[in-house]
Amino acid sequence: MANYKSVLFEQMIKDFAETEVKPLAAEVDEQERFPAETVEKMAKMGMFGIIVPKEYEGAGGDYNMYISAVEELSKHCATTGVILSAHTSLCVAPILEYGNEEQRRKYLPDLASGRKLGAFGLTEPNAGTDAANQQTVAVEMEDHYLLNGSKIFITNAGYASTYIIIAITGKTPKGPEMSAFIVEKAFEGFSVGKKEKKMGIRGSATCELIFENVKVPKENLLGKRGDGFKIAMKTLDGGRIGIAAQALGIAEGALDSAIGYVKSRKQFGRSISQFQNTQFQLADMATKVAAAKGLVYAAVNAKQNKLPTLSVNAAQAKLFAAETAMDVTTKAVQLHGGYGYTREYPVERMMRDAKITEIYEGTSEVQRMVISGALLRK
Amino acid sequence: MKIIVCIKQVPNTTEIKIDPVTNTLKRDGVPSIINPDDKTAIEAALQLKEKCGATVTVITMGPMQAEKALREALAMGADEAFLLTDRAFAGSDTLATSTIIAAAIKKLGADVVFCGRQAIDGDTAQVGPQIAEHLGIPQITYAAVVDYCNECDALIVKREFEDRYQTLKIQGQCLITILSTLAKPRYMNVWDIVAQDEKEIGLITFADLDLDKANIGLGGSPTKVKSTATKQFNKTIETLELDPESAAKAIVDALKERHLI
Repeated sequence: MANYKSVLFEQMIKDFAETEVKPLAAEVDEQERFPAETVEKMAKMGMFGIIVPKEYEGAGGDYNMYISAVEELSKHCATTGVILSAHTSLCVAPILEYGNEEQRRKYLPDLASGRKLGAFGLTEPNAGTDAANQQTVAVEMEDHYLLNGSKIFITNAGYASTYIIIAITGKTPKGPEMSAFIVEKAFEGFSVGKKEKKMGIRGSATCELIFENVKVPKENLLGKRGDGFKIAMKTLDGGRIGIAAQALGIAEGALDSAIGYVKSRKQFGRSISQFQNTQFQLADMATKVAAAKGLVYAAVNAKQNKLPTLSVNAAQAKLFAAETAMDVTTKAVQLHGGYGYTREYPVERMMRDAKITEIYEGTSEVQRMVISGALLRK
Repeated sequence: MKIIVCIKQVPNTTEIKIDPVTNTLKRDGVPSIINPDDKTAIEAALQLKEKCGATVTVITMGPMQAEKALREALAMGADEAFLLTDRAFAGSDTLATSTIIAAAIKKLGADVVFCGRQAIDGDTAQVGPQIAEHLGIPQITYAAVVDYCNECDALIVKREFEDRYQTLKIQGQCLITILSTLAKPRYMNVWDIVAQDEKEIGLITFADLDLDKANIGLGGSPTKVKSTATKQFNKTIETLELDPESAAKAIVDALKERHLI
């Protein structure tokens, strides 16, 4: 029997991305505007709860559907892709995987139905790739943790109501003890700081989070005390597949634009698609995209089947897809010539958007550390 | 209120080409879609479901591949779906088709039947009205608005004509054919895309229906297609370089000469 679920999902997401997302992409970038109207439509269609089981108001779909949604949205608008990815991979997934029943019942229905958006806070001014160098602290009091500190570069900041926050809760012989908390925007002392002015994904809200004596109820500790670093790293394994899918989508979008352009552009009396340089560039771009797609869905398979190779699969997918996105978008701009450098065509935006995929949720260098670390441990 | 929506799976004509040698449609590799007017009919039914708690049943007649169209309707939010399929149904024209669909509706039972105005492949607009005739129920064609009046427990239907509208209030069983301008059909949603996987599509065959073989299938179809032809376009282009006034006159003269105005 045909797998109608996948076929119908693919049809729906393609149709939605082309009809609703594509027409807004340039405007969202130009105005650095969060696409709230698109987010609302996605919420009504159940896209923020794809991987959430039905008992928590989710769709009960699979990881493959979620990743193909990020890919398809990012073909036209990388901003929209990362809103879904950060919400699902970095907030919904850790609550689903590490939350207790009470936490799941309290937070997942609002997140799955899109009534509330989710976000995640690990990075700090002095704790980027060196994620263990956290300064944000949560001191255990009688009935709550007292949270103080700040986070930076937080995707969906301000628009999200539910945040997974990593903070130091003590010391161990090996170093700081970190824990993960579910923090609500409404908690007193929580505020959203400066909004970053970015090169790409300019519609995505990236801001600082500030915690001033925020009382986080003890029941909002996610997992066990001291599990924070592990939860953060495992969460990022999943997040990396989302970003890899975003990068893949950007590369596919740029390739599609380039194919369309070279067929219509004439120089020296003929279509530039007839020049061998154009043909060979396109062939290389398409081959890299296909390879990136293979790695992304291999990582999805590892995630769905809980394979022990997940960390490496996710790192390889993100590393290769991000570098492919950068390469393919740069080539797409080159094939467009001078027009490609203008905002008349989407490829310059795609090139700017591509760069972040080599940086966030673990730089390409971090991915190489993860991959080589696994090789040398054997 | 139980609504039955009749839909048809059609080739996506925006992607279809005609073979210039054989004059037949090149259907190979052309994706099938729910006929646009029918998709709006599903939307109209789902809107009524939201307003007054109706149940929405979607039916189609066709080969097994038509299951996809039904599953898409379920993924939009329809409650159940039935596929009318049998070798005996093959080759049916609009009259035979409407005979079969009417028999199925009789079996399933419905308060209101929705059809799209017409299909983009056949363009006859006959099946909807014929079903109503077979069932002996009132029909309202070309509906641009379908609303439910709570106080009077009736449907308010606005029919669209070229030059006017007609608004009708109707209680009791009826068939309404829907224009695609009524509403933009909703997207499938993730909840129902997943949920349809656990639903069975009901199969209705010749044996399930009260039908006479003489009235259905190729043999029961009075319409005989003798031949089809592709419209030939005359691509002669005449270029005239004139001042605006003479150009306007030349265009009017040319149109008059061809009896177009």
